[in-house]
Amino acid sequence: MTTRASVVRVLMILTSVAVLTVFLLLPLAVVFSEAFKQGLHAFTRVFHQAEARSAIWLTLLVAVIAVPVNMVFGVTAAWLMARFEFRGKALLGAFIDLPFSVSPVISGMAFVLLFGAQGWFGPWLIERNLGVIFAVPGLVLATVFITLPFIARELIPLMQAQGSEEEEAARVLGAGSWQMFFRVTLPNIRWALLYGVLLCNARAMGEFGAVSVVSGHIRNLTTTMPLEVEMRYNEYDYVGAFAVASLLALLAVLTLAFKALMEWRYRHELAAGGIHR
Amino acid sequence: MARLFALLAFLLLLGSCSAHGPSSQLLNVSYDPTRELFRDIDAAFARDWREKTGKAMTVGMSHGGSGKQARSVAEGLPADVVTLALAYDVDMLADRGLVSKDWQKRFPYNASPYTSTIVFVVRKGNPKQIHDWPDLIRPGVSVITPNPRTSGGARWNFLAAWGYARRLPGGSDESARDYMAQLFRHVPVLDTGARGATNTFAQRGIGDVLIAWESEALLARKSIGDDKIQIVIPSVSILAEPPVAVVDANVDIHGTRKAAEAYLAFLYSPEGQEIGASHFYRPRLPEVAARHKGEFPDVNTFTIADIAGNWKAAQKKFFADGGLFDQVGPGRGDKP
Amino acid sequence: MKRRVLPGFGLSLGYVMAWLGLIVLLPLAALVFKSSALAPSGWWALLSSPRTLAALRLSFGGAMLAAAVNVLAGLLVAWVLVRHRFPGRRLFDALVDLPFALPTAVAGIALTAIYAPEGWLGRYLVPMGIKVAYAPLGVVVAMVFVGFPFVVRTLQPVLESMEREVEEAAASLGATRWQVFFRVVLPLLLPTLLTGFGLALARAVGEYGSVIFIAGNIPRLSEITPLLIVEKLEEFNYAGAAALGVAMLVLSLLLLLLVSLVQRASRRWELPR
Repeated sequence: MTTRASVVRVLMILTSVAVLTVFLLLPLAVVFSEAFKQGLHAFTRVFHQAEARSAIWLTLLVAVIAVPVNMVFGVTAAWLMARFEFRGKALLGAFIDLPFSVSPVISGMAFVLLFGAQGWFGPWLIERNLGVIFAVPGLVLATVFITLPFIARELIPLMQAQGSEEEEAARVLGAGSWQMFFRVTLPNIRWALLYGVLLCNARAMGEFGAVSVVSGHIRNLTTTMPLEVEMRYNEYDYVGAFAVASLLALLAVLTLAFKALMEWRYRHELAAGGIHR
Repeated sequence: MARLFALLAFLLLLGSCSAHGPSSQLLNVSYDPTRELFRDIDAAFARDWREKTGKAMTVGMSHGGSGKQARSVAEGLPADVVTLALAYDVDMLADRGLVSKDWQKRFPYNASPYTSTIVFVVRKGNPKQIHDWPDLIRPGVSVITPNPRTSGGARWNFLAAWGYARRLPGGSDESARDYMAQLFRHVPVLDTGARGATNTFAQRGIGDVLIAWESEALLARKSIGDDKIQIVIPSVSILAEPPVAVVDANVDIHGTRKAAEAYLAFLYSPEGQEIGASHFYRPRLPEVAARHKGEFPDVNTFTIADIAGNWKAAQKKFFADGGLFDQVGPGRGDKP
Repeated sequence: MKRRVLPGFGLSLGYVMAWLGLIVLLPLAALVFKSSALAPSGWWALLSSPRTLAALRLSFGGAMLAAAVNVLAGLLVAWVLVRHRFPGRRLFDALVDLPFALPTAVAGIALTAIYAPEGWLGRYLVPMGIKVAYAPLGVVVAMVFVGFPFVVRTLQPVLESMEREVEEAAASLGATRWQVFFRVVLPLLLPTLLTGFGLALARAVGEYGSVIFIAGNIPRLSEITPLLIVEKLEEFNYAGAAALGVAMLVLSLLLLLLVSLVQRASRRWELPR
């Protein structure tokens, strides 16, 4: 019995490692092997170029704005969806998930239809010399749209499972709204929140389709890292393209390493609380 | 952190002002394969401008598919000049009042400062012995060309092939149509852009022959190595004339008309033409062309006017929804 | 309705609705409005053309297949990551999010490099007659890639919080390993699996960047619907592009609705907590 169980166990581990290797590790290996094809020097040289640096800064800037905006939205939406019953709740939930089902090609186009020169608000904006499309605000808007559901998605099931007893108790004991939120709610959801923020951040930095439509591809000005990757690939600068891409992949791995570190650092608290992620 | 916030403030400022960039700056909205060319042109022009006016001038660049770039300008991308792959895209801007209707008369040679033509790229040693258009439809030959409906460059490819077949002795629309149908049966992959097609051919090893602009073919040979690919010039091909135009509506707002016109005129100067030639575009100026005779072999070319009248007619007949490409293109059910 | 003990209902409802309206509904309203420029006959001609139908079939069929693969692979991977300890587990756990972070174009290029006839895997697969790159199968592979994290990440927290006592109890009552899995574990996981399926499906249907590199893009064979939209845009046919976008959106919402209906039905088997 035990031998059979361990055989099944080993088989399962091997199969899933194989799946992960073929579907995820192999593409990652391609990215890094192409990036380092001409050695470390060619790789690091890429990051001394002004274009690459401005793309990195712009990507960070967009993420720095979009992620907190979605964090506030995600927490509020989760509070609403997990703590209250109201008519139209299912519909609202569907709307929160909607950005997942919109093709990036379409979402970029929708913003152009709103803010482009022939769009609903385009003429008004042009009169006032305000650039939304083909400027940083457009990039931020498209990114916020694409990553809108991530944090809410992460929080809602957890908060539903946790129930509201602790918060109600805090209220009964006389805690103010914000006191309750910062002392009870936030500590209870912080792992899921952290995790949602990391995912949201990864997706915000990697988004290509929608951003490509609203960016205008102006070099040094509205070119984010994914767009820079495409440009370099199209210039036959394969090392440059994959070097920038590998940096994005590295960012993802680093944020995940950060998550692992936090989990390890607070492992006792996690075990005691029984709260996962 | 302070640096990040400074950058944030700076970019927001730029973002909000981008609609009326300072007049010491031009934005050239161009198509994909011209990055290397304009990197050199922009530097040379900035120097030339400083010598002539004593002022600094920087040129910002935006690159993408020709049609997408034209669309972006129509939607408000604040371009001072456009340098695109086909006149149809500039005509669209003229239809929307962004470019003056007579843009093709504003600059010499149909407002096209350099030309190219459509050639074949084959693998080293030309193992399939591909020399001319009929060889492309021999059994066992696989042809790489991008989708003409998503790539402006590929429309020139399509028209070159059509023009060859249509202009054969005894050729008709019917016979040319047959040729195109046979040709696309040999196409296993339709990339969305010209560079994608080159990468499919060169990096992925798909196909025996790539149909490409001469400038692209020469650049690919330089980047990828002439130990891997070589270029074949067909007996007859099309004269590809990538157009340039000042975006009148924008330069009047930006106050950059003089600079924008000087920038495009610079493309026609001996220096600009030399730079063009060094990036594998055929120069228009006879004296520059004479210097580069060896690099650009004589090709028997026809123009779009010879085979379709103008771009609007060509677009409608060949590339519109339900047009000839839709009728004869790949995926008609018969396997290659 | 009973008086609410918890604060912030009005504020959060107002904020969420206003923000959703601004960021999600307004752009989509512009899209729907644009598509209304197309006459009913135009809609019919667009949606009944064999090319559109073939592209819709590939986009939705491929996405469903990819989501199904993701459910199977995701269940296995999530199970192993949560229940078993093995060297490199943390690394593999981190890898799961890679498809979110890697720009889709890079994913497309990397996958094509792997599956092209001369690629790392392609050189073994193609002689066996398995053509992945430049074939419809490539579309599915790219879709599996972009949707992969959804199933694993929705399953993981549920698996972690699932009480092993239930399984142990079932086992102690004499159930075999497979009985425990199919009678106890799977019904518990089914709603979550369906959520993951729906998310992976929604993500895969609209995917453009990675698919166009690997698909081959041959009309009626390996051409996805977002590519048709791009073609329409290239002709400056905004109404046609918006109409295709709206059609895709309606279809995916219907599919997601179906998934949530199945989910609701499946909850009946769920054990009371």
